[in-house]
Amino acid sequence: MIYVLFAALIWAMGWGLNAVIANGRAAKTSAAQIGVPLIFGATVLIIWELLVTGLNISAVILPAPTAIASAFGANLAILWADFFQTFVKGAFSGYVIGCGAAFLVAIIVDRYDFLRRGLLPVGNFVAALPIVGTAPILVMWFGFDWQSKAAVVVVMVFFPMLVNTVAGLRDTSTMQRDLMRTYGASYAQTLLKLRIPAAMPFVFNGLKIATSLALIGAIVAEFFGSPVLGMGFRISTSVGQLALDMVWAEIVVAAIAGSLFYGLVAKIEQWVTFWHPSQRKH
Amino acid sequence: MTKVGPILTVVLAIMALWYVACIPMNVQETLTAAERAGAVVTPDNARARAEVGRFSLMLQNTETLAGSWSVERARLPAPHQIVAELWDSTWTEEVYGRRGIVNSGSLSNKSLIYHGWVTLSATVVGFAIGAGLGVLLAVGIVHSKTMDMSVMPWAIVSQTIPIVALAPMIIVVLYSFGIQGLIPKAVISAYLSFFPVVVGMVKGLRSPDAMQLDLLHTYNAGQGATFWKLRLPSSVPYLFTSLKVGIAASLVGAIVGELPVQRGGLGARMLGGSYYGQTEQIWAALFFAAGMAALLVALIGWVEARTLKRMGVQA
Repeated sequence: MIYVLFAALIWAMGWGLNAVIANGRAAKTSAAQIGVPLIFGATVLIIWELLVTGLNISAVILPAPTAIASAFGANLAILWADFFQTFVKGAFSGYVIGCGAAFLVAIIVDRYDFLRRGLLPVGNFVAALPIVGTAPILVMWFGFDWQSKAAVVVVMVFFPMLVNTVAGLRDTSTMQRDLMRTYGASYAQTLLKLRIPAAMPFVFNGLKIATSLALIGAIVAEFFGSPVLGMGFRISTSVGQLALDMVWAEIVVAAIAGSLFYGLVAKIEQWVTFWHPSQRKH
Repeated sequence: MTKVGPILTVVLAIMALWYVACIPMNVQETLTAAERAGAVVTPDNARARAEVGRFSLMLQNTETLAGSWSVERARLPAPHQIVAELWDSTWTEEVYGRRGIVNSGSLSNKSLIYHGWVTLSATVVGFAIGAGLGVLLAVGIVHSKTMDMSVMPWAIVSQTIPIVALAPMIIVVLYSFGIQGLIPKAVISAYLSFFPVVVGMVKGLRSPDAMQLDLLHTYNAGQGATFWKLRLPSSVPYLFTSLKVGIAASLVGAIVGELPVQRGGLGARMLGGSYYGQTEQIWAALFFAAGMAALLVALIGWVEARTLKRMGVQA
């Protein structure tokens, strides 16, 4: 009981501290912008730990954060192998192939108005479908190893990327295109010097959406069959063994990988589209 | 006509490609089936054929290739086979099946309609919970600076995390509390639709510009009046956009939630099909799920159009 009271106290303290910072004079500083969510996260973790200990919650229902951390530390080699199998081999190769193919197809689609009017509604339609459902089929075609996971990722990221890139390639004003014409620029020159750079904010929007889709696709595809490693494999087998600390450790890996991947793409975006209003520093 | 023409062409082209692709994809199965039926096939046993490439097999056995579109358990079933399977597992099963209406007097529990309903109910319940909580949290975030600074960064970060990975664990943990059936899947659905709605709704509630907020301030409007008369109406387009993302995510959540426990639903149907090599069953379930997703998104789009029209927004 003392633990539960202590947890309530910690919650009040953490929230109070955040309220003071957020409503105080320092709220606009970058230290506060980073500090407040960190304090909130730490508060939640401490309360989680205290409640699990205080209420005697069994480890097969909810393991404590310290248990997850020790499982993480004890299984670094396994986690790394799973990460390499699922993320580097499956998700990342699929991401590169899928986004690259979508980009090239988008350029062709954009060139021919007929294709754009035909393929874009179909692409929009497919982008909203539960494409993870193709996983069992692709696993059957490409086998249990990472190739089938990459294939699922390719199918998943292709259409969101295609739709975004086509929208981006059209995002130039008549004035800009006319200027290129007065320069006597050819189609290829207009494409390379005006339209692809102008499309970049849209392209990166697609790339960012695709980062999380890629991880989802790779992990879910492993639920349908995989070699004896991989994040999805480890999650489904550890759930079967009621080793939930391992499941959580794997989820921590997925969370870190997902946000780092997203962060990396966002960083490249900042670097490529520095001219765009949304990237300018005030 | 200018709109339908290109779309129709693209769809037809995809169909044609599909039929062509069936030939190399199914060549092994086609030749085995033809051999069993007594036709002459060069390399005359399956093991020898396994070592020959698909395309040389096609060139050596041009007469038997017509069977490519009617093989059972094909690697790539032809579209008409999938349509036939869809028809069989909905109408035929419901009416004439062993547990259909003619033989048992009630609707079948083996049809795609039954499985689709299992998935749909979990999706809709989960979506309602997730979207409702998402809107509430967004309202909290907009009105409390503490909440905004503490929770919002996590809500954004969580969108980059593959939350589906949690699905098997949620199912098992809830099962150990004796909760099973619809609720665990709905929890996953809710979880997946929650964060897109929060992020979209916060954006929407913040979309009134300073001028509009200042105007309400000069009217001496309180927080409540500002919320009901300005923030909420201007958030509607954002809300519907995120609801469309949310319901698609919900459906994925429900399907993935059906993988660990095989108690009906489209996800169970897909996994069952992949265990037993019933490719047509997987494809039929996939198309059924796709149709459901399209209907759900279209339904929200329809409500959106109606709402915006009632609000006087020019579409």
